[in-house]
Amino acid sequence: MADKHDKPGDLHWLVRPQTIRRLWVVFAVVLALTVVAGLFVDLPGHFVWDGEFWFFAAYGFATCAAMVFGAKALGIFLKRPDNYYDD
Amino acid sequence: MTIDQISPGLVLIVSAFALPFLRGWLRAALILLGPLVALWLVWQIPDGAMLTTKFMGLDLVPVKGDRLSRLFGTIFCIMAFAGGLFALRQARTIELSAAMFYAGSAVGVAFAGDLITVFVFWELMALGSTVVIWSSDTDAARKAGLRYVMIHLLGGVLLMAGIVDFVAAKNTVAFGIGPIQEVLTVNRPGTWLILAGFLINAGAPPLSAWLPDAYPESSPTGMVFLSAFTTKTAVYVLWRGFQGFDVLIWIGLFMVFYGIIYALLENDMRRILAYSIVNQVGFMVCGIGIGTDMALNGAAAHAFTHIIYKALLLMSAGSVLYMTGKRKCTDLGGLFQSMPLTCICGIIGALAISSFPLTSGFISKSMISQAAADQHLALVWFLLAAASAGVFLHAGIKFPWFVFFQKDSGMRPPDPPWNMRLAMILFAALCIGLGVWPEPLYQILPLQSVTYKPYTGYHVVEMLQLLLFSGLAFFVLLPFMKRTLTISLDVDWFWRRFGARLAREFAIRSNRARGLTADRMQNRLEKALETVFHFHGPKGILARTWDTGTTTLVIVGLLAAYLVIYFV
Repeated sequence: MADKHDKPGDLHWLVRPQTIRRLWVVFAVVLALTVVAGLFVDLPGHFVWDGEFWFFAAYGFATCAAMVFGAKALGIFLKRPDNYYDD
Repeated sequence: MTIDQISPGLVLIVSAFALPFLRGWLRAALILLGPLVALWLVWQIPDGAMLTTKFMGLDLVPVKGDRLSRLFGTIFCIMAFAGGLFALRQARTIELSAAMFYAGSAVGVAFAGDLITVFVFWELMALGSTVVIWSSDTDAARKAGLRYVMIHLLGGVLLMAGIVDFVAAKNTVAFGIGPIQEVLTVNRPGTWLILAGFLINAGAPPLSAWLPDAYPESSPTGMVFLSAFTTKTAVYVLWRGFQGFDVLIWIGLFMVFYGIIYALLENDMRRILAYSIVNQVGFMVCGIGIGTDMALNGAAAHAFTHIIYKALLLMSAGSVLYMTGKRKCTDLGGLFQSMPLTCICGIIGALAISSFPLTSGFISKSMISQAAADQHLALVWFLLAAASAGVFLHAGIKFPWFVFFQKDSGMRPPDPPWNMRLAMILFAALCIGLGVWPEPLYQILPLQSVTYKPYTGYHVVEMLQLLLFSGLAFFVLLPFMKRTLTISLDVDWFWRRFGARLAREFAIRSNRARGLTADRMQNRLEKALETVFHFHGPKGILARTWDTGTTTLVIVGLLAAYLVIYFV
């Protein structure tokens, strides 16, 4: 296996564009399945909305987006070159 | 003395001192068998005080067993064994000795039945861990180690001050009879001083910066040990001493999000994992704050599983660092091609830290959220759910993606030597094993009043939706997470920059003052010397050679004066 992708320009099968496209398709199917699965299990719903079948999908995506942008906003103030303490 | 009176930690501490004198297979045997003997001793200690003694009129209990002690003792010994295997042929002897000493002290805390014994082992842990950091033998590690030991000695001082107040109030140092805030009441300063001492080691705010500052400067093998003991003994003592203390819920949640945000901004792979230690300990501290049996069992179980998967992640990162000498995400990438085993083990650790179903994190962390739901703590529960998604984002995908995939760095290092591979395989197997078959862990949890079933349709769908859509967010937002050659300012700025500037400012002023004083002193001295020279120098009036006539005249004058004075 290893010698197959040692030649220049020859990508490892896992990082070839068509594999990546296929992985995205599989990922989309799995995502859809987890949401559909929400319809078939008993979600107790302790608070508001958390008993909806789509809740954790939407909440997971939204909170992660918020954390990424929140971190980016904080980064404006907190980021320094990585040799900041070196001198 | 019977076998159940020996603190299992002592075996490791004695091994640490014996290690430098051994070579070859004897050395390897000690590194691997020491922790196993200690593990055996852990399970020889029944419930109750096994060894008591007197010190300054106080009853000390150096060895006291119960379910919680044995749980933490067990995982500390397993960690010492796997860490020893990982570091067997790569770490310097001083690092391995210090690590064993450090592990032994942590086990000592787990079996301490009084606050003085806790304090003694607490300080020994600080010493051992500092030497582990220094063992990496770089300038950065020496400086970071010094900052690290300063913070921990401060924590020790706070703890001791709290213990003194405890003794003043109750005339006892017994630990673990009940939560300290109930024994001492919240109004006593001792309660807060002891809490502060414990929290510093847990990596809690405001001083959490010591952890991501110091740990990543240790050697590739050193950080594997460091990740396990200090923060988890803090979780242990908080569990025993401050269960149900409300403020811990919010401190824990702060740690959880602090870890996520800083890890998202970070470029150094081992610092990402250091921030994620604070994040994970946050879950445990929050669970201890909730304080129900479910939450407490969850916190204890999470400490157990966390030690394994965090060590596994750091073994994977350590292997990459050992083989490539590189730590920054910007320098890494594409390593899955030549380090498949390190990559797979790293991914298993990443899935476990993210609490993916069928991994160890899933069967422990979900107990803490369940406890929040049971107590109808809506805000806490929503924040914990967001944090679970965030863990996948900052550690679960970010670490393997930037180290093993993303761009091709062009580097093709092989997997690390056999002992490092074996240690990774062992811990990866434990991550999956505990996830698939959690019963053995549930059976040794401290509180047997609760039963928990992790694999319900609800829990599995909840986690899968949260995590997979968190993964979707990661890949959709990847352009916003481009790695930069930066660090993020943290509280340590105050002692690394502000303090240094303040000191420099004072140094300039005091230098000037010293200069002026020195000048003035010199002037005076010179004048004094001039005067002496004037009278006693070669041409000074008192150093001239006189001729005999003048001398006779002066003597005649003196005699005449004498006669006059005599007659008057």
